[in-house]
Amino acid sequence: MIITVASGKGGTGKTTVATNLAVAVGKGTTLLDCDVEEPNVHLFLEPKNLRKTPITTMIPVVDQDACIQCGACSELCHFSAITLVADELYLFPNMCHSCGGCVMVCPAGALTEGSRELGELEIGQWNDIELISGRLRVGEAMSPPLIERVKEAAEGRELVIVDAPPGTSCPVIAAMNGTHYVLLVTEPTPFGLNDLKLAVEAVRVLGMPFGIVINRADAGDDRVVRYAEEEGIEILMSIPYSRKVAEYYARGRLLVEAMPEMAEAFGGLVEKIRAAVERGTR
Amino acid sequence: MKEITVLSGKGGTGKTTVTASFAALISNRVLVDADVDAANLYMITPHTVNSEHPFEGGSLPKIDIQACTHCGDCITRCRFNALEKGPRLNRIACEGCGVCAHFCPEGAITMEPRVCGTWFNSSTENGPLVHARLGIAEENSGLLVSLLRREARKQVEATGADYILVDGPPGIGCPVIASTTGCDAVVVVTEPTVSGFHDLERVAELAAFLKVPVMLTINRWDIHPMMAERIRAFAKEKGMHHVGDIPVDEGVTAAMVKGQPLVTCSDGPAATAIRGVWQQVVNFLDDKHGPFKMAL
Repeated sequence: MIITVASGKGGTGKTTVATNLAVAVGKGTTLLDCDVEEPNVHLFLEPKNLRKTPITTMIPVVDQDACIQCGACSELCHFSAITLVADELYLFPNMCHSCGGCVMVCPAGALTEGSRELGELEIGQWNDIELISGRLRVGEAMSPPLIERVKEAAEGRELVIVDAPPGTSCPVIAAMNGTHYVLLVTEPTPFGLNDLKLAVEAVRVLGMPFGIVINRADAGDDRVVRYAEEEGIEILMSIPYSRKVAEYYARGRLLVEAMPEMAEAFGGLVEKIRAAVERGTR
Repeated sequence: MKEITVLSGKGGTGKTTVTASFAALISNRVLVDADVDAANLYMITPHTVNSEHPFEGGSLPKIDIQACTHCGDCITRCRFNALEKGPRLNRIACEGCGVCAHFCPEGAITMEPRVCGTWFNSSTENGPLVHARLGIAEENSGLLVSLLRREARKQVEATGADYILVDGPPGIGCPVIASTTGCDAVVVVTEPTVSGFHDLERVAELAAFLKVPVMLTINRWDIHPMMAERIRAFAKEKGMHHVGDIPVDEGVTAAMVKGQPLVTCSDGPAATAIRGVWQQVVNFLDDKHGPFKMAL
């Protein structure tokens, strides 16, 4: 089973929920950090035996001598990543989406498949938990292909928890796609509710079961609870606001260390999700 | 005219709260919400929408099923698994590369413009607001951000504004790069937590890569004063300009509930601090030796 922890709005507590959930289940859990632009899981669960692998994506390589300046590649490219200027072919690797069209279309065999580095895949261990994380190279724009590689690295595992990036566009979709359940973490503020609604729409587009966790539940009002009731969305957990939790978080400590009474609730969360996945509720 | 982009790396550190207040403190500016997939700025910036426009970003294949011979060539060539047997298009997976259309032996596929969202020209008491809503699960957030910034420049010509203020998205990827490239300076809003610090390092590295000077403010600095001090030391070492910090203040959520920028409805500690931070931002931009020296 793969559970994605997502949110719409940033800073609502995705990483807090994902790490504490993984720790509550313990042995046999794989935790994926798919917020590859700003991965944070390792700050709370420091990985041992860390192995790093560079992750690349395909970009074309030009053989200028073989190029016949026909311009077929630049005509095909929808991303302006390859352009013929004054009889010379220019590449803009950062614009390339790796579709392979230019290599396929070149009649002279002047283009071959090379690669550009997207970032790194990091695999490590924290107690009985396997940690897999992606780290986007600074300056690289495209995170979805790296997110997909992080997910591929966890194929075949029994229980996978995915810490997703914020937002509702392609990186989030890449993180949620193909998973069995989405846990949406929100806070009871106007921004929290607005972005929760966007996230709910995104999950509904993908058509998988989902539920809500309300973080800092007593810091705002009951707007999220009312919305969930109207929409018939299950609220699986509420985490109260506590200055102590905020201070522990600031230091990279776990919520269950500040609030041991929450450990049981996190353990029960997985069972609730398993039941929801089996029911196939939407 | 100066264009300033507010970033954070980590989400939820207070970018939008700070941007809305900055915007309320400037008499003539153009405001841009570049967090196009979870836009919140409009919610605390009283405004009137003047016009609404579809955003076309990239293209999508349209398959003429009558002309299709089901040879499967498009399915084999697509590197994004966006075409399934049928052939049926998976819109979410499609990057709009056009390979399927180009190579279809029957010419049964054409590329059509893809509507990915809506953008708005709005007005507020002290200048225009340019904002957008990216469609759910849509692509091309970077293109949309670039469009909003171009529109903001047109508004500057029309209004003679002194500043463009951009509320950026979290992270360091595509829409962040589009929000930051070519602006005059970045203000990073961080928080004194291990993740706030870590994400600041990455966003500062990106700003250095894009050769944009960085100003820094620590929001809720009193959650962990020692961490705040470590962040200030780090900022100094990296040549960032510290423009003051903002304390924890319950008035922030109250202003959000009211739908107002903090500085227009509060004289509390956070509002007072933000006024001071903005003054320091202005001083820094006015100092001829400041930003340009740093950029090099």
